[in-house]
Amino acid sequence: MVVRMTESPFGQVSWGKALRIGGAGAAVAVFLCVVGIVPVFHERPLITGIISLGQTALLLSALGTGYAAARATAQGGPLALLAAASAGSIAGVALTALVLIGSAVDLRAVFLHASPQLYEILTFGQGLTGSWIPIALGALLGAVGGLVSNVRVDLRRPLTTALFALLLAGLFAGILRAAMLTTPLADLARLLFASVGLTVIGAIATVVLFAGGRELLYYTNLRQRVQEMPPAQRRVVTWPAILVAAVVILVLPQALGSFVAQVIAVVALYVLMGLGLNITLGLAGLLDLGFVAFFAVGAYTVGLLTSTAEFGIAQWPFWAAIPFAVIFAMLFGAILGLPILGVRGDYLAIATLGFGEIIRLLAGSDLLKIWLGGPRGIINIPKPIDVPPDHFLAGPNQIYYIALACAVVIAFVAWRLRGSRLGRAWLSIREDEDVAQALGVNLVQTKLLAYMLGAAFAGLGGGIFASLVGSIFASSIQLFVSINVVAIVIVGGMGSIPGAVLGAVFLIGVPELFREFTEYRFLFYGAALILMMRYRPEGILPTKFAAREVHLESGELGADTVVAAPAESG
Amino acid sequence: MAQLVAKGVTKRFGGLVAVYGLDLEIEPRSIVSVIGPNGAGKTTLFNCIAGWYRIDEGELVFEGTPIDMLRRDQIARLGIARTYQNIRLFAGMSAIENVLVGQHHFLSAGWVGAVLRTPGVREEEEKAHEEARRILRYVGLQGNEEGQASNLPYGDQRRLEIARALTTQPRLLLLDEPTAGMNPAETQKMTTFIRRLRDELGITILLIEHEMRVVMGISERIAVLDYGEKIAEGSPSEIQSNPRVIEAYLGRGAAAAGQSARVEADATQNHAEAQA
Amino acid sequence: MKTSWLERLTDLAIAGFLWAFRIAVVLIVLIGSALTLASGKYPPETWLNLAVQGLTLGMIYSLIALGYTMVYGILRLINFAHGEIFMAGAFGGYFVATALAGLGFLNQSPVTSLVSILLMLAGAMAVSVTLALLVERIAYRPLRNAPRLVPLISAIGASFFLQYTFRGLFGPGIYAYPSVDILQVAVPVDVLRMRWVDVLVIATAFAMMGGLYLFVQRTKIGTAIRAVSEDKATAALMGIDVNRAIVTTFAVGAAMAGAAGVMYGLMFRQIFFFSGFVPGIKAFTAAVLGGIGNVPGAMLGGIFLGEVESVGPTLFLDGLNVPSPNQLKDVIAFTMLVLVLIFRPSGILGERITTRA
Repeated sequence: MVVRMTESPFGQVSWGKALRIGGAGAAVAVFLCVVGIVPVFHERPLITGIISLGQTALLLSALGTGYAAARATAQGGPLALLAAASAGSIAGVALTALVLIGSAVDLRAVFLHASPQLYEILTFGQGLTGSWIPIALGALLGAVGGLVSNVRVDLRRPLTTALFALLLAGLFAGILRAAMLTTPLADLARLLFASVGLTVIGAIATVVLFAGGRELLYYTNLRQRVQEMPPAQRRVVTWPAILVAAVVILVLPQALGSFVAQVIAVVALYVLMGLGLNITLGLAGLLDLGFVAFFAVGAYTVGLLTSTAEFGIAQWPFWAAIPFAVIFAMLFGAILGLPILGVRGDYLAIATLGFGEIIRLLAGSDLLKIWLGGPRGIINIPKPIDVPPDHFLAGPNQIYYIALACAVVIAFVAWRLRGSRLGRAWLSIREDEDVAQALGVNLVQTKLLAYMLGAAFAGLGGGIFASLVGSIFASSIQLFVSINVVAIVIVGGMGSIPGAVLGAVFLIGVPELFREFTEYRFLFYGAALILMMRYRPEGILPTKFAAREVHLESGELGADTVVAAPAESG
Repeated sequence: MAQLVAKGVTKRFGGLVAVYGLDLEIEPRSIVSVIGPNGAGKTTLFNCIAGWYRIDEGELVFEGTPIDMLRRDQIARLGIARTYQNIRLFAGMSAIENVLVGQHHFLSAGWVGAVLRTPGVREEEEKAHEEARRILRYVGLQGNEEGQASNLPYGDQRRLEIARALTTQPRLLLLDEPTAGMNPAETQKMTTFIRRLRDELGITILLIEHEMRVVMGISERIAVLDYGEKIAEGSPSEIQSNPRVIEAYLGRGAAAAGQSARVEADATQNHAEAQA
Repeated sequence: MKTSWLERLTDLAIAGFLWAFRIAVVLIVLIGSALTLASGKYPPETWLNLAVQGLTLGMIYSLIALGYTMVYGILRLINFAHGEIFMAGAFGGYFVATALAGLGFLNQSPVTSLVSILLMLAGAMAVSVTLALLVERIAYRPLRNAPRLVPLISAIGASFFLQYTFRGLFGPGIYAYPSVDILQVAVPVDVLRMRWVDVLVIATAFAMMGGLYLFVQRTKIGTAIRAVSEDKATAALMGIDVNRAIVTTFAVGAAMAGAAGVMYGLMFRQIFFFSGFVPGIKAFTAAVLGGIGNVPGAMLGGIFLGEVESVGPTLFLDGLNVPSPNQLKDVIAFTMLVLVLIFRPSGILGERITTRA
């Protein structure tokens, strides 16, 4: 596209680029509408009575378009704002076009979500007479976005903090309110939170609290000062913080009600499995897409050994069955791993994917129906501890604590392994396995160990899951379980323990808690993976050295080489 | 008794013959250089010796053991180590961690031991760290151990790679263009260092080099490759006056003194990888 | 040389396992087939029918496999999202077909039906090519120089993104292809038990693959693609526009997949947002089977896989008294995938990728 630059006293503007960005913004906006994110998310208000989550999505895309357009121009000044506004208005035009076309022709024959409800949202209820609104809003928001991009970094930081805080607070407002209503904080809760979303006061409070807090932290340089303190003094500061965090984590299921308790039990389980895969993928670099196979082994083992229904073979207590779940999963890991681990990286991914699918199909097949229950699966799997319903350990809570305890243990194991001879060997394999081998590392054995340990923890997760749900069917063994765990490790940060926790909380917790996210979950995962690989492949909370390594170029005779090297096995 | 014997070694890539009928004998504790124009097959030869390629014909015997069917880690354990033309450090690990990997097969801590940190394991780790620090001191990299490997200056990275190779306690060390990218002062330091490796540690050195001053200054024997075949072998003075060698180099427009060969090497280094 | 006993044990175990696998597979195949054939339960017509089905199915796999193999050849990347490109083509064809059916054009006469099919193919290919180019631009191009895992993960992300985009756009329900009546008519050769749709699929696939072969071998851009697949750096030095070659590869592969989508829709009549996943993996298997990067190989691999999947369950498993063997046809396909990756990753006809990246 021809780039036309306009000379002006304020600098040059490349209109071509701005227009292209506007086009991209338009595509994103229309996409959001037509895929259904806007109408579905519209049902959840961010700030009650003011703006919904769906509208926020469009707002953000307009802001982003303006921001990018202003960025693309050479300098700041009013011309940049003009470019930003133009770009934003292009997005608006696209939406208006959508409304106009959609009102004339029923687009629902093709696009399910192109409904009158959508058009109402876009025109703020004004119908066709309001079709100018998207254009105006687009221009306005685009200009604001441009403004933000031109503003000093010092001002930008509180703005972005405020934005994130508002989003998170708005999401969790309903939950927090429900939890606080039974406490003395009830009045505060009603002031800040509506039953879904924030109140206006709540929104203001959030912005002040978080943006202000962040600025405070920044200007007092708190983080660095704590790090520079001598160890004894640092402990005095950090231990109470850790203690508070620990108390909060332990009290969580009680405080937040049974639905949330169920969700955080699942989150804890995924943290557990994420930490397990962190060894296989995060440390050793083995992209295992068939993690769910070992999850299944663990789940079925516990099911078969503890179930009181027809397929249960033993009726053992949970605690007796779990070690077997782990051991069998490890054994499966060895069996599946031995032949497959000599295969090169990307083929390994597909092969493990194949394994996962094979196990799923076999588990539900008629062939194995007499042992595994076929599609009906195994039911009546008891909880680990038998308690009366009022007890604080009843229901999902005990799973939460068990999963939490196991996660802590696994985190410890992972931490120890990382600093050991094995950990170094795994990291070297992940970095450059050919060179690692040339230094004397036995690739297959070392990889096998990583694979088996990952499998063991997957089995543990599966066993606990079976107990949580009370049953296990072949349809629980889906590829998405593997993808969930892989996404957690990758988005959170490969090899990073806090990364795995963060990943699980956001990638599992949020979709489970909020129905709208559930529907579009994998769409977000997909986008997250693509964006992360493009902009931050080391993950959100990377390990110390990770940031550099993933950005290295692979131009040399490296692990990518397909050479007729001596066969590693077989 | 030759330490490394190559007889009739041939390596093909599809239609391309990278190395053909190569005979070479390397005496223990000697310093031998392999030189030749770009595309001559030098790195291919290294790759064959170190177990990165399987040779198509011929035999390779190291200290009496045939190595042409062995895996890379088996070859490492026999006592052959190497460095790489383009530095291949573990960039995301610290300097000392890079070196510690070289000790992997001398240590025995398993995963259980690692998790439990038994006294035995702790002692082993301490000794390993001691040894790693010692080697880093030997190559002149003390004090920089915890830093990320990719943050080191270029010359230090080359030393680190050598340190890492030394950790495997090799008896034969393959150095692939160790002075690439260095200025004359650094080159001189590296040359002295290589000699120390042989003199103090008794390691046999096999060297690929383009910098003729290094080659002529340090080698006891030189083997010259061209188009995958050995066209000459002998002492530095014999090679310098060998007409075939001069023709091979001059035929590519490079002077035997090595200056232009250097420039040419740099310019087409990546491109020549396919053939070297 | 010190090799610990554990290492020797592992080496032994690996060798042992691999041998056990081979023997188990061979046994199942041979004994199962023997028993099934000996039981005489199935007359030759059944086998012929299954074989024909396998051929048709295999042609579809071949078309999709070509996209995988060409992209891998030029970028060393498994284009995970390719299955979704295939599905996009299926949807594209669907909407064209529905529109034409609504106009009464679709089944008006055999000629209009054929024209409709051509329009469906055009629509499908337009959609799939556009999508593939977008994916290349957004998810792959920025990562050209990244270490190998990174683009693969991006590809997985793209795959999911596309799947669920389609779910969002079109909903989770199953879409039924409108019936093209002339295709449902049986071919006059009785013993074959084919319908015209099978003939269409086979003919279209052959035509497209032939076209692709000519394209890759005879045209300038095709040669450029082959050159870049051999040695990207040298090709660039020779003045070849590497970017254009890559983009063209994606486009051509997507066109094949789009056509395959229409064929799939016409054959199986049902599509939904997840339809691309399993055929995608199977097509990848076919590509590896034939030798990744190897265009004729992908064609043969597809046919081979189609046959094994169609004939296999009955032939191998029925004799062994496996209940509902057709449930396991995907297991056979996936097992094939795993076997090929373990035992012969270079494929039957051999890989055609360079020895240097």
